[in-house]
Amino acid sequence: MKDTLDSPLVGRSVARVEDPALLSGRGRYIDDLPVAAGTLALAFVRSPHGHADIRSVDIDEAQRAQGVVAVITGQEVAARTRSMTVGVKADVDCWPMAIDRVRYVGEPVAMIVATDRYLAEDAADLVVVDYAPLGVVVDPVAALSEDAPVLHPSLGGNLINERRFRYGDPEAAFDAVPHRIGIDVTYPRSACTPIETYGVIASYEPGEDAYDVTANFQGPFSIHAVVARSLNVPGNRLRLRTPPDSGGSFGIKQGVFPYMILAGIAARVAGAPVKWIEDRLEHLSASVSATNRQTRIEAAVEADGRITALDWDQIEDCGAHLRAPEPATLYRMHGNMTGAYDIPNLAIRNRVVLTNKTPTGLNRGFGGPQIYFALERLMDAIARQLGLDRLEVIRRNLIPADAFPYRTASGALYDSGDYEAAMDRAVTEGGLAELYARRDKARAEGRRYGIGFACVVEPSVSNMGYITTVLTPEERAKAGPKNGAQATATIAIDPLGSVTVKVASVPQGQGHRTVLAQVVADKLGVPMAAVRVLADVDTMRDAWSIASGNYASRFAPAVAGATEIAATRLRDKLAKVAAAQLNIAPEDVSFAAGRIAAKGNPDNSLSFARVAATAHWSPGTLPDSVDQTLRETVFWSPPGLKAPTAEDGINSSLCHGFIFDFCGIEIDPETAEPKIDRYVTMHDCGRILHPAMVDGQVRGGFAQAVGAAFLEEYAYGEDGSFQSGTLADYLLPTVMEVPDPVILHHVTPSPFTPLGAKGVGEGNCMSTPVCIANAVADALAPEGKAPDIVLPVTAAKLAPRIFGDEPNPKNPVPETEVGPTTGGRKLTGEGRAVVKASRADVWQMLLDPATLDAIIPGSHGVQKISETHFKADVTLGVGPVRSRYKADIELSDLDPPNAVTLSGQAAGPLGTGGGHGRITLTDTEDGTEIAYRYEAEIGGKVASVGGRLLDGAAKVVIGEFFRALARHCGGSARSGLLARLIGLVDRIRKGGRS
Amino acid sequence: MKPAPFDYVAATEMSEALDALHQGGTEARVIAGGQSLVPMLNMRLARPAMLVDITRIPELSRIEAKGDQVTIGAAVRQSALERWPDLADRLPLVRAALPWVGHAQLRNRGTVCGSVAHADPSAELPLCLIALGGNVTLRSRRKTRTVAARDFFQGMMSTDLAPGEMIVSVAFPARKDGTGFAFREVARRHGDFAIVACAATARPDGTATLAVGGVADTPATLDLPADMADLDDRLNEFAWHLQARDDLHATARYRRDLVRRLGHTTLKEALSCRD
Amino acid sequence: MPRLTKDDVQPVGFKLNGRPVVVRVTPRTLLTDALRHEIGATGTHVGCEHGVCGACTVQVDGEPARACLMLAHQADGCDIRTVEGLAQGDALTPLQEAFRAHFALQCGFCTAGILMTLDALFSRQPDADEDAIREALSGHLCRCTGYAPIVQAALTARNRIKGGPIDA
Repeated sequence: MKDTLDSPLVGRSVARVEDPALLSGRGRYIDDLPVAAGTLALAFVRSPHGHADIRSVDIDEAQRAQGVVAVITGQEVAARTRSMTVGVKADVDCWPMAIDRVRYVGEPVAMIVATDRYLAEDAADLVVVDYAPLGVVVDPVAALSEDAPVLHPSLGGNLINERRFRYGDPEAAFDAVPHRIGIDVTYPRSACTPIETYGVIASYEPGEDAYDVTANFQGPFSIHAVVARSLNVPGNRLRLRTPPDSGGSFGIKQGVFPYMILAGIAARVAGAPVKWIEDRLEHLSASVSATNRQTRIEAAVEADGRITALDWDQIEDCGAHLRAPEPATLYRMHGNMTGAYDIPNLAIRNRVVLTNKTPTGLNRGFGGPQIYFALERLMDAIARQLGLDRLEVIRRNLIPADAFPYRTASGALYDSGDYEAAMDRAVTEGGLAELYARRDKARAEGRRYGIGFACVVEPSVSNMGYITTVLTPEERAKAGPKNGAQATATIAIDPLGSVTVKVASVPQGQGHRTVLAQVVADKLGVPMAAVRVLADVDTMRDAWSIASGNYASRFAPAVAGATEIAATRLRDKLAKVAAAQLNIAPEDVSFAAGRIAAKGNPDNSLSFARVAATAHWSPGTLPDSVDQTLRETVFWSPPGLKAPTAEDGINSSLCHGFIFDFCGIEIDPETAEPKIDRYVTMHDCGRILHPAMVDGQVRGGFAQAVGAAFLEEYAYGEDGSFQSGTLADYLLPTVMEVPDPVILHHVTPSPFTPLGAKGVGEGNCMSTPVCIANAVADALAPEGKAPDIVLPVTAAKLAPRIFGDEPNPKNPVPETEVGPTTGGRKLTGEGRAVVKASRADVWQMLLDPATLDAIIPGSHGVQKISETHFKADVTLGVGPVRSRYKADIELSDLDPPNAVTLSGQAAGPLGTGGGHGRITLTDTEDGTEIAYRYEAEIGGKVASVGGRLLDGAAKVVIGEFFRALARHCGGSARSGLLARLIGLVDRIRKGGRS
Repeated sequence: MKPAPFDYVAATEMSEALDALHQGGTEARVIAGGQSLVPMLNMRLARPAMLVDITRIPELSRIEAKGDQVTIGAAVRQSALERWPDLADRLPLVRAALPWVGHAQLRNRGTVCGSVAHADPSAELPLCLIALGGNVTLRSRRKTRTVAARDFFQGMMSTDLAPGEMIVSVAFPARKDGTGFAFREVARRHGDFAIVACAATARPDGTATLAVGGVADTPATLDLPADMADLDDRLNEFAWHLQARDDLHATARYRRDLVRRLGHTTLKEALSCRD
Repeated sequence: MPRLTKDDVQPVGFKLNGRPVVVRVTPRTLLTDALRHEIGATGTHVGCEHGVCGACTVQVDGEPARACLMLAHQADGCDIRTVEGLAQGDALTPLQEAFRAHFALQCGFCTAGILMTLDALFSRQPDADEDAIREALSGHLCRCTGYAPIVQAALTARNRIKGGPIDA
């Protein structure tokens, strides 16, 4: 890109200053940074259970392992820290490592400090944790029921916070209209999953009781206070630094903070610096994800489709612990719960529940996907019920252009917009008419094709006070007001007259350094190359505040704005210096082309560098009105971001952009696979500072939303097992799955930000999932009641609707495997074998440890605890996936010599397994028939990463047990399944897998 | 996410590899391309005590077309087969299936025999081997034996390979005149494990065989008569009898849907492209 | 025959970006760890360690492959090329330039692997069409760009390498 000096840089897609290094392998991500000699590696022991009491943690063997410096348990962490701050008033602790109970699969239970990561993982395998499994709840609605297992007994239940809000007169509004239209919406869990995982480097200086932590943390730096408090040190004894480059975050890297605490403690205990780079399995199971939410939303609707009131009932699932800043996901959107619509009356009931899943945290869109999925599905339902055109229903409810700045029912002040004009332009320029024609043609040919719409207000620059809306007005009054969104920027000029900019924005790939160089170069009239920007943070050296960081799409409106203000101040100062030397008034000074000149007389000029360096070389010559510092630090907080009012009104964000999307989707008639035919996205993000970067944000958010809509889900079994543990299970879209959207812009500059810009990074994560869902609904059922769409929309989910009733088999299917129900990794099956022994003999053998030893697959010995209780040491597995387990076997419901129930639990490094089988014995002509029916569940690591292969493996192992029983009884198994298993089992025992 | 420790033997001759496998017994495993094994090592799902690297044994890197079959050595990478000039002519089904095997970056290291040895029920190459009626040659210190593919695959990641044995080659029957082939697959994303993969071979007399992967514990086949009578009924019975299971990516019902639908189109395509 | 027991730290020699290197590692050391932490070539990134994300893709004897799925000892005698070996001196290659011009990277974490795949593709197939480019890119996950700019950059680079019109 040309860097001409006569036109402004802002508004142009200049080449990024970040790129040459990143394209050449010279980025400086956390795992690339040099570390102190003697830095040790950290690895974690993690829970294989969704919910269990920890009976004991035996670290002896791990401590003796090669290279191990320290093994640290949750007890030890707790002894040196304080519980992390919880954002609601509730009697509950929040520890970074489990102490006496684990509450989600992947929760840290112990940590190993060793000389390298390989050895640390070896030792982690040697830590023996004795768990007593507890009941599990993974569904937020089920978590509220009276008999649900309770995660935190001190809470007395799983509801950690409930608030009701009322704005206007919603009851009267509902009474006054002809229609009350409502839908129930389930929004699942997904996460933006950066390609770089978490990383922390920590050291501890006992002489100063000070921690030095480098982490690829992204902010908000309010979390610095949480970490310092938990580490029991004043803020100035927690030096927090971020690396120059970060491999993406999208909110997720806010969630690294518990590991800052743990790494700090590990360094302290080990007496040496430690480094931890999270691996992908850790990341998927135990970093953070977005919340899943169950919502009931109802609208009071006039006959013409005008909505006069909304009634929300939201149940938010924050996982096992309420980690800061949660329940912020639920409240970030509080001011804009009416979306792009002029709806004066509003009722909201918000409940926050805890379940046996990974704690939630920041994630691109943060609360937006959840509310807009409900709101925009509701708009579709309203159009369907009233028989109105979908676009017309949207149009009739849009906030009119002359209403801005517009105060919403719940207190947000929308800064600017012309929603109807933006929508009209999208319809025309995006080719909606043509899309309708394509849909008509497809339908005429019998194909399934649908068009969906979504209309979204995208908030940016969060008011740090919105989170306190979760507190009652009385609680807020007691705690003191919280509000604002401090952004910081420092600009300095060095003795050679070049410019350095320092911000606390912690970019994760967005190109902040480039944009700030544009802004400052324009303001000071210098080439971009004269400006160098640093955007990483060192809390001991840099200007920062609690709102610092890279989240809530705050860069362009707030950070770039603060930088603009700092540059203006410096320019005004330099204008005075130059004016004195040029013998003109300061207001007659111009800055351009690297020179400071008299307006209208370019010959009367000085080089920028010369004027700029005056304070360094000859401070005595400065005019009296100019101080000697050529360094400006600006702390800017938007004045409009006030604390919540006594009536719970909250201006939750400074800026409110607008998005209108539509798309066409076709469902493949042969495979039921949905495919985007065309996607159009119209954005109003205020003034655009760098068009290519803005479009890059739109495309990136869109791609992540396509993933959430079709592919991605954090899936949990009913037993709490985590099933999306690898990138072959948690599916991110590739180039093949992401179409290129048509991107349009309609600009109404924000009057509330210094540059007129609004945030743009998150919008499509809010608009695209529901736009796709609306299109799929239209394809499935163009008219009538809206089908319930639960993301991700997969071909398997669509198949019953596309293909209709399934033909039954003519011949019965032998030994039906009843597949896992409702997503649980549960396996059931049955089989039979006929043996030559008598019923009584078979019965005796079942109760005999020697028999059990002979027939339990891979048994290394059975120990009899009582007549009906045995312990065994077994090697189980299939193919190369094998491991040694400790098993507990119990016999119950004895009905000698007819039937018995055999229950087993096994635990080992690959996870846990359990099951029970009912064995019945019947006489046959020449022996006994042994029939069995079993149910098994497998959890832990193997369920997370090997789920696809598990059922087959479990079947092999269970079959082996009964086949061995039959053989032991002197007979041969004859059934199809067992016969098939025999061969396998023999080979497994021999270990001859390939 | 680092492998547990293991000994490593980089064999340069067959006898070295076989000796090492003999000594290692049940705790030794062959590594060739490692594209299935190394992820399991990294996740510590697999913890062999010894790995025997066979990629430096020269005779294992050959593709040989002899008589009516094509023999592929144990160290032949999938990308090497992809680029074999005679592939389209001799093994049109394999040619159609190879692009579905993971991604190019994996095929550059992954071997044909490694995929067969791994015996993932969703894998394309075992499916082709079964569809075409190929075989696997196994060797130990004591003997060499050849096993039909149908007998080799015994279950989920379970094969007829014994301790001390290694696959030295697989053999695919080469195309004959008048035959037709087709391959279709549905996966969540391009390059993912198949939800259902279908490979069909049609013979000059109009009979055909459909092989289906991704549903049962091993690829399964269905032979069809020349008149294709009751094709949809036969496919339906076949689909049910594969005993599909639900998993994260697809329901059992959707798998049966695909066997019925994809199976139908794959068979028709194979029949129509006979030459 | 070379036989290493599990704790043996033995030398592995290979060419890295044209220069001979020797690292001393145990049998289980992954090529990614040898490159990044033994040699200090940190341009190759690690994203999943199970072969899915593609961030660690390097060229092994000219072909793109996952460094996380290779044992360092398997690289013995190989010719390994990484992102650090693309550009000669300070100037970017046409491929790198095209990525910059099309804003085909944001955080840059996945970029090294993608560049190594495309570089190998254009060496083998200078006239690769968009389908071939997409096919090659499908083995890489990018979470920032939405891929379209990467495809555009690849097309531009291909044209530039072929000597044809630059704009795709």
